[in-house]
Amino acid sequence: MSQAIEVAGLSKRYGDLVAVDEISFSVGYGEVVAILGPNGAGKSTTVEILEGFRSRDGGDVSVLGTDPANGDRTLRDRVGIVLQSSGFDVELTVAETIELYAASYRSPRGVDEVMEAVDIGAKANERIKTLSGGQQRRVDVALGLIGDPELLFLDEPTTGFDPAARRASWDMLSSLRASGTTIVLTTHYMDEADRLADRIIVLDKGRVIADATPETIIGPHSRDPVIRFAASGAPHGSLPETMADRATESDGFITLSTDDPTEDLHALTGWAIEHGVSFHDLELRRPSLEDVYLDLLDGDVKLDPT
Amino acid sequence: MNDWPSFARLAWVHARYQNRLFVRTPVAAFFSTLLPLVMLVLFVAVFGNDTFDTSFGTLTTAQFYAPALAVFSIASATYTNIGIFLSTQRDTGVLKRHRGTPLPTSALMCGVIGSAALIAAVSGTLMIGVGWLVYDLSIEAAKMPAILLSFTVGICCFASLGVALAVIAPSAASAPALANATILPMAIASGVFISLGSDTAGWLTFVGDLFPLRPFVESLGAAFSPFTEAPAIEWDRLAVMALWGSAAAVYSARNFSWEIRGATSRRGGRRAAASEPTRT
Repeated sequence: MSQAIEVAGLSKRYGDLVAVDEISFSVGYGEVVAILGPNGAGKSTTVEILEGFRSRDGGDVSVLGTDPANGDRTLRDRVGIVLQSSGFDVELTVAETIELYAASYRSPRGVDEVMEAVDIGAKANERIKTLSGGQQRRVDVALGLIGDPELLFLDEPTTGFDPAARRASWDMLSSLRASGTTIVLTTHYMDEADRLADRIIVLDKGRVIADATPETIIGPHSRDPVIRFAASGAPHGSLPETMADRATESDGFITLSTDDPTEDLHALTGWAIEHGVSFHDLELRRPSLEDVYLDLLDGDVKLDPT
Repeated sequence: MNDWPSFARLAWVHARYQNRLFVRTPVAAFFSTLLPLVMLVLFVAVFGNDTFDTSFGTLTTAQFYAPALAVFSIASATYTNIGIFLSTQRDTGVLKRHRGTPLPTSALMCGVIGSAALIAAVSGTLMIGVGWLVYDLSIEAAKMPAILLSFTVGICCFASLGVALAVIAPSAASAPALANATILPMAIASGVFISLGSDTAGWLTFVGDLFPLRPFVESLGAAFSPFTEAPAIEWDRLAVMALWGSAAAVYSARNFSWEIRGATSRRGGRRAAASEPTRT
């Protein structure tokens, strides 16, 4: 087996809605892959099919060499699953909960070791019900790790976190990468995918619209800075010839990408003085990850999904 | 690679954790263990421990109520508790989480049922013990097998019905209401709180006989009645319970759900459709 996960032509419908539309991708051993997309893009459906929780309507799927639809105890012993939302028996303590799940596996990791890995050891003897959302999420991850999995699924590991908790989670997940575990994570945050993944698969409306390294997805488009301004009494068409064809107007703002900001700004301010135009909110900036991601979803940017 | 943990070990681990959860959920412990005991004390206080006519002959108040309330206690510890517990674990996603691990379903269910059975046995024994120690409950050695058999079949039957209740309950929030709405009228129709006598409407005893609670009350009551002939094993009553238990087990096995109802359509369908227009 050369790949940890192989997906070919996977489809899933819920009634009339096509949740996953003949998608194909693969994940190599030791790779960390982020599946990125907005709500309803088909991320969770795809991952739940890989996890063996859902049936599929078409296509071939192989997880660690086994079809998860026929996944047995042996497969589940090798895979760790951190679901988007799954509950606890909240009257059990953290350590008790991890011990309980450890009992199901053939060669579980140590309870203390796993608690340390997710940094929840200080709460070992606290009941789950007393933990914050972020702390409970750590226990979720601990339960995903306790079986010492070859492959770990993380479904939206930081959704609903405050920025500090998200940052702490990223540090924890980064340290997992170092252990060589194959990780598939879903997220709708571009920065999270960029930070954690070797490769990003962008899903939208059930289709793969990009499948590449973070550098490839973000790189070429973030290189060009953007000039953005609102100008009173400045009809779009009256811009200097050199930039009129590059400019777009939306929400009252004119935006143009530039490869020579100094030259373009000089031309722009000259034009403004000449025409008596005053700027509001003139700014020069690099597109954020978020911009790149939204452009991808809007179809403004095309990446070859190899 | 180590060997798989044995089935017995897994079932034992889960039973132990279920016991722990039961002890840490005082409301469950109160309703299935303490409340029936309080009822015994109250009934004896209200009626005095004098004799009165029952369907088992003329008995003292305690001789009638101790076995009847033991039945109620056992049904509550199994049927009500498993029904509420399992549906809660389903709705909160605990079951789904287990589904993603190598834990065999049968080991999980054995743990859940084993724990409830243990709690039921303790509650039932406590009831009989208090009756014997405080209220001169008469227990005949020759009828012990009938008592134990009735206990065992009753516990198995109502544990199985508890799993079915969890399967039927559309949500964990509705499980306690469903449990009470079924068990309380049944308790009255089965002679748990008030002895069914010659004045009882024929249809009520007929209905009571069809369901499993009255057979439990009757079989245990017969084993405690001084007027029955040892061994006093009511095979036909036990058979009715066994039938109900088996039917419930088959139903549950066929319809068991690992996650909250409608999870599939909600996650993939409605939410997806609803979020679509907001994106662009």
